[in-house]
Amino acid sequence: MKILVPVKRVLDFNVKPRVKADGSGVDLANVKMGLNPFDEIAIEAAVRLKEQGTVSEVVVVTIGVAKAESDVLLTARAMGADRAILIATDDEVEPLGVAKLLAKVVEEEQPGLVILGKQAIDDDSNQTGQMLGALLGWPQGTFASKIELADDAVCVTREVDGGLETVRLTLPAIVTTDLRLNEPRYATLPNIMKAKSKPVLRKAVADYGVDVRPRLKTLNVVEPIKRSAGIRVADVDALVSKLREMGVAK
Amino acid sequence: MKTLVWVEHDNHSVKDATLAAVTAATRLGEVDLLVAGADCAGVADEAARIAGVVKVLVADDAAYAHGLAENVAPLIVGLMEDHDAVLFPSTTTGKNIAPRVAAGLDVMQVSDILSVEGPDTFTRPIYAGNAIATVQTSDAKLVITVRGTAFEKAAGAGGSGTVEAVSSEGDRGISAFVSAEIAQSERPELTSAKVVVSGGRALQNSESFRAIIEPLADKLGAAVGASRAAVDAGYVPNDYQVGQTGKIVAPEVYIAVGISGAIQHLAGMKDSKTIVAINKDEDAPIFQVADIGLVGDLFKVVPELMGKL
Repeated sequence: MKILVPVKRVLDFNVKPRVKADGSGVDLANVKMGLNPFDEIAIEAAVRLKEQGTVSEVVVVTIGVAKAESDVLLTARAMGADRAILIATDDEVEPLGVAKLLAKVVEEEQPGLVILGKQAIDDDSNQTGQMLGALLGWPQGTFASKIELADDAVCVTREVDGGLETVRLTLPAIVTTDLRLNEPRYATLPNIMKAKSKPVLRKAVADYGVDVRPRLKTLNVVEPIKRSAGIRVADVDALVSKLREMGVAK
Repeated sequence: MKTLVWVEHDNHSVKDATLAAVTAATRLGEVDLLVAGADCAGVADEAARIAGVVKVLVADDAAYAHGLAENVAPLIVGLMEDHDAVLFPSTTTGKNIAPRVAAGLDVMQVSDILSVEGPDTFTRPIYAGNAIATVQTSDAKLVITVRGTAFEKAAGAGGSGTVEAVSSEGDRGISAFVSAEIAQSERPELTSAKVVVSGGRALQNSESFRAIIEPLADKLGAAVGASRAAVDAGYVPNDYQVGQTGKIVAPEVYIAVGISGAIQHLAGMKDSKTIVAINKDEDAPIFQVADIGLVGDLFKVVPELMGKL
């Protein structure tokens, strides 16, 4: 069985986003970009299933700038993906458009499982996996903290508000990853060197014949209202009297 | 505009997060509710009493017992013939179902809205709340998830909606509920509690987390939360986590004990009305957002605080 892992190139999670002065968005010029952290977890999950011998091939795909081939797609292959697909575009594609493109890739690649990050840390939409599930008519196990493959099904333990929930999905299926599914391995230098010889299929959005024009228009982007630091109290007695003033303590 | 709000429930009672979504829906127009569940007549009656509700549509079928998105989404897609917008609370179940509905309707969902600026315009957080975007949709139908802490809760009583059964779309037969491990607690629920006491990595282990944080929370009638560091270190289960990737809370009072205040954590609690921080590092970032800060060793401060409350 083949696993498809869609990934997104985003502002590195260690970099503090800066809102542009003209309110048009977040400044992405000359800042470090990297793999969306939830997608790293997805790659790791797929590679581990391959290492267990139940999966034959791990294919990563990204929709974005051509530069992704030499950074995030290289990292993904160094982590253990066998090959990559780059669907190049300089435009921002919304989750609905991404899901439509991925549905076409799924048609061509015929994976048994698609594993995605639950959300990208830039737009925080949390939509693509579920949308892909709807378009394909496949079941979905979102916010996964455990994945167990059986012959014709996958059992997914999901992180839900009150605790954990396990569902059984008929294959083929969609899984989206939560933080505690695994700890992704580092792409080591020797593996990065070796990954350069793993194939990349270069495509363009136009190759797939789907309408990915945006439906949402961003009117402006601003910084959130900042909280200012309040007062320091000297000791527990002062804290207790403050808590009483607020009516929290009797 | 005619709106539909998906009701989050456990087949016994309406979950609070629904009420904030109802408030957001009233800003757009008339509000109908959908109760999809199994043996959920009691939930429908309770939903009909929510202030401002016109109609409660009830789909009562075993296929909806556990809120499986594969079964619930097609039901909602069908009901959207008569509605212009559908809203979900941004809970894990709401976030699981909504995009499946959106794709079914060929609509780009607007996730986690903070405000309604107009019939097609909303604000929403991006980059973990480090930026707020105002977005306008060009889609004919709207699919929206609503951040619960950003809207007042609609009154749970005083409404007189009519209850109407709708036919089930049945079980798609591609997914099944196996089991759930839902924590049972006498404490208030984290996302709707008036007071939250959260502990961080400085607690050192699960024993001291239990010995220090939980008694303080119980004394104040508070819910218990934790930072991602405390969860990752195994002091408490995952569902305690407050932060960008955990739960978003906005209680009247948030007491952060031994939490340094990583951006990740602040994203989940910075809308709290009053933030109290106890930390031995006077340069901890948590003090930059705290209304009341006390620099001190939590292992001394919290027991002393307990004694004086």
